[in-house]
Amino acid sequence: MSTLTALAAETTTSGGEAAQFWILAPIAVAGGLGTVLMRRAVHSALCLAGTMIILALFYLANGAYFLGVVQIVVYTGAVMMLFLFVLMLVGVSAADSLKETLKGQRLLAAACGLGLGILLIAGIGQASVGSFTGLAEANANGNVQGLASLLFTRYVVAFEVTGVLLTIAAVGATLLTHRERIERNKSQREQAEERVRSGEQLPPLPAPGVYARHNAVDIPGLLPDGRPSDLSVNPTLRERGQVREVHEQALADLAAIERRTAEYQGRAVTVTPPRRAGDAAPADTTTGAGDERAHDAERAERDNGRDNGPDAAGEEARR
Amino acid sequence: MSPENYLHLAALLFTIGACGVLVRRNAIVVFMCVELMLNAGNLALVAFSRMHGNLDGQIMAFFVMVVAAAEVVVGLAIIVMLYRSRHSASVDDASLMKL
Repeated sequence: MSTLTALAAETTTSGGEAAQFWILAPIAVAGGLGTVLMRRAVHSALCLAGTMIILALFYLANGAYFLGVVQIVVYTGAVMMLFLFVLMLVGVSAADSLKETLKGQRLLAAACGLGLGILLIAGIGQASVGSFTGLAEANANGNVQGLASLLFTRYVVAFEVTGVLLTIAAVGATLLTHRERIERNKSQREQAEERVRSGEQLPPLPAPGVYARHNAVDIPGLLPDGRPSDLSVNPTLRERGQVREVHEQALADLAAIERRTAEYQGRAVTVTPPRRAGDAAPADTTTGAGDERAHDAERAERDNGRDNGPDAAGEEARR
Repeated sequence: MSPENYLHLAALLFTIGACGVLVRRNAIVVFMCVELMLNAGNLALVAFSRMHGNLDGQIMAFFVMVVAAAEVVVGLAIIVMLYRSRHSASVDDASLMKL
């Protein structure tokens, strides 16, 4: 402790502190800018946590050992994690839209910020800041002891009032987020009847994946008529745009197989052509059907291989 | 290195936070920007404490931290409640005090 107090006691700052400042200050500013500019709220929160940790280092360098530790424990440990909890509750994928709702808001905000910054810097320039007196005297019995003796003598009323404030905040937060259940809980039978009456999907949702080719969860399953089923893919994936389209070739193959089966069994061909099949579906199946099929499969294989490139991100997300 | 460097850094962070409050529309991010401003104020207070050689500045910073913690608790509770009733955390959507 004595070495630490001696360090912060110096009225002139050491070269080490200057180096620390000039390395960490840009990172702190970058973190602050990241908080404002990142589109996703989680990224903002992480940037802010980084800035807070760097500020804690600055507190330590300025001889505020207690505050430095409190900053890490309370701010980055508790407050930022509370922020992250609420972000998870509110929906982590919700990114701010970049569309301006008020015309010229960003420009005006930037102008206001610039003005405020100039005002603050000019104010600091006007003040006779001088140099550090140093905390040698104040920290003589230790930083925590010095703070405690001030807190419980001169600032004891403020301390008590803060205690009341914290109690009120805790009670208020519980009150605000608490919801009284007014109606009776529904029984399982009532829930089942309600579901049947509302006419929503009763059996399990269709499984994703085109069998014998893919069974990944991001590929929609095919309906009997060859259309991809929207129900078979998780809505979250659909919202993120990570659903892999079923390849046209696969649809065409399916249609061709259906047609061949129908013809083999002598049924009338009732298979509707798939939505995006185009002209890929072979019209004649009597001659060289095997060749055609092999050719189709080969082509589909090649196309799939080509598709894997841009879909790497999707696959990574799946893992 | 003079104390002015710390004050300039604090001023810069405060300005960035203020811009964020003006620009962002997600209530949680606005809240985080307010936290950034409070932290910038704390940095200035700690630097003042060292400049003047007494601990009153640190006591002030301590109280700011306590009040900020209380503010975060109540503010996040309000945001959660707003989200429950409106299914959005955007400050544009909350145009009425009434739910």
